[in-house]
Amino acid sequence: MSGRSIARRDPPWLVAALIAIACLYFALVLMMPLVTVFMEAFRQGTETYLAAISEPDAISAVKLTLLVAGIAVPLNTVFGIAAAWAVSKFEFWGKSALLTLIDLPFSISPVISGLVFVLLYGINGWFGPWLDQHNIQIIFTVTGLVLATTLVTLPFVARELIPLMQAQGTDEEAAAATLGAGPLRTFFFVTLPNIRWALMYGVLLCTARAMGEFGAVAVVSGHIRGETTTMPLHIEILYNEYNSAAAFAMASLLSLFALVTLAVKSMLEAQFADDLAAHRLR
Amino acid sequence: MSLEISNIIKQYGRFPALKGVSLFAEDGEFLALLGPSGSGKTTLLRVIAGLEIADSGAVAFRGEDMLVKPVRQRGIGFVFQHYALFRHMTVAQNVAFGMRAKPRKERPGNTQIKARVAELLSMVQLDHLGGRYPSQLSGGQRQRVALARALAIDPKILLLDEPFGALDAKVRRELRSWLRDLHERTGLTTIFVTHDQEEALELADRVAVLKDGQLEQVGTPEELYHDPASAFVFDFLGDTVQLPCSIEGGIAVIDGYGAPIIGAHPSGGAARAYIRPDEFALDGGEGPGLGARVRNLILAGPEARVDCALERGGSIEVRISHDEAAKLTPRQRVRLLPRRVRVWSDAAPTTDMSPEPVEA
Repeated sequence: MSGRSIARRDPPWLVAALIAIACLYFALVLMMPLVTVFMEAFRQGTETYLAAISEPDAISAVKLTLLVAGIAVPLNTVFGIAAAWAVSKFEFWGKSALLTLIDLPFSISPVISGLVFVLLYGINGWFGPWLDQHNIQIIFTVTGLVLATTLVTLPFVARELIPLMQAQGTDEEAAAATLGAGPLRTFFFVTLPNIRWALMYGVLLCTARAMGEFGAVAVVSGHIRGETTTMPLHIEILYNEYNSAAAFAMASLLSLFALVTLAVKSMLEAQFADDLAAHRLR
Repeated sequence: MSLEISNIIKQYGRFPALKGVSLFAEDGEFLALLGPSGSGKTTLLRVIAGLEIADSGAVAFRGEDMLVKPVRQRGIGFVFQHYALFRHMTVAQNVAFGMRAKPRKERPGNTQIKARVAELLSMVQLDHLGGRYPSQLSGGQRQRVALARALAIDPKILLLDEPFGALDAKVRRELRSWLRDLHERTGLTTIFVTHDQEEALELADRVAVLKDGQLEQVGTPEELYHDPASAFVFDFLGDTVQLPCSIEGGIAVIDGYGAPIIGAHPSGGAARAYIRPDEFALDGGEGPGLGARVRNLILAGPEARVDCALERGGSIEVRISHDEAAKLTPRQRVRLLPRRVRVWSDAAPTTDMSPEPVEA
């Protein structure tokens, strides 16, 4: 109520100016680039577009992107749940260090994340000679891409879950135990349902980031066309070859993936809101 | 089922939460653990349930050692202070949880579970709310769902942690008598934790008073109230006026006025007299007694409360009948005559209730 009456007292020019600035900024910084991606992609016609995205290297890039995300996201989901569980339900030595370290991938440049793996597993790296002897290659392979992507997207699920699980506490789990439930039953029937929306949200964010990851992946990939180029890397290659129509076609596809993720997220949120509202009734 | 707790010790880091507590509850007994916060009462309850592990000591149900069993095999009905209902399950699903969690061989069939849930919900007077979610219920209703859920596993013993702590005063009183009825019907050995002395005295067969991780006194409400073992128990069970005194020939002398002592007391020397605010007689005339001046009269409530500034310094509040209070006026000089006092040695005043100095 008070908010509305304050807004009413604001001079109309101020309200108009603020709205205009917000819209302009949004249009310039966010909408125009997004629209440009799709416009550029279709500039030379639908046929060129379809040809660009159905070319073998493009298809393998899409497949690789989905494969890498398909491995990195489940890994980080399991890790995220385990870490959130440990942090929120138990007291242990080094807990605050773990909490801080979980955020590390957010704060360091992805390029460094990539370089670390080269340093560890590259031919001149710490484990390089040993791996070479056993004929195992990590850098310049899909394994390297998965490792780099996993590192960069590690915090997403854990970060969504930790505050929620800390707020929920351990009372419900304790109650389940007194009622005779074992650890598995408690997890699947009590803990998991309580965190499902946050979990889905975290998984979606993690997926979006995993598909779009560029920096770390660029370092470990080696840019072998059709083999170790994910979609963002493929786009870069095409762009550097002045093949901007194909580059934007791929970019539009990647943007589409991101937009779909966003749409699913919004749908989940709406669902979540309904759920919450239903629980809050009366 | 009888419960025997022997010499439980529990430390949190360097903080001793329980310093060797031994307690026995008979089959079907309704026992209260009463104490201020930090006295170890909730820790003791959680040790019995298995939610906390004691450093040493034993817990046995009818002679059977419980500490070797994990929580889920102890068969304990536990009602949490904030209910801990499963928020994503309906009331009926909450109540059914314990039955569904049983090993396959012991698990009742679906129809049996449904029937039992209906029976329990009717027992806690929530027949029609089985389809609701916990967040759609009032505090008192949630409390009863938590109770129904705990009873659904046919527990050997029922443990309640501050069962009425989060409810408002009126609901609390209603639920109290309801819980007493329920206990009489089920006959379950029940232990509940509370910091509310009124609740403990009204509900329990026996009350165990805890202080700093140790049992201070165990007894029936009458025993505790009329025969407190320590100044702490006396002070914790009701409002208290504390005055320094000396013992002369079995009489407590307070500012030259000799008041009769009840109960055991130190044989002599400086001591502290403990008096309930309603155990004073008030006299307007001259004569023996503690000289005081009426500072304020509070005339609302079952008894009149008179705030008096003592001539020796400090102020106390005494309670008298409204008829007596009608004769008083503010600033009037009165004499206070303690009718009976309890005396403990002056080693450590138990609370901050001792008279504070007032400006003349």
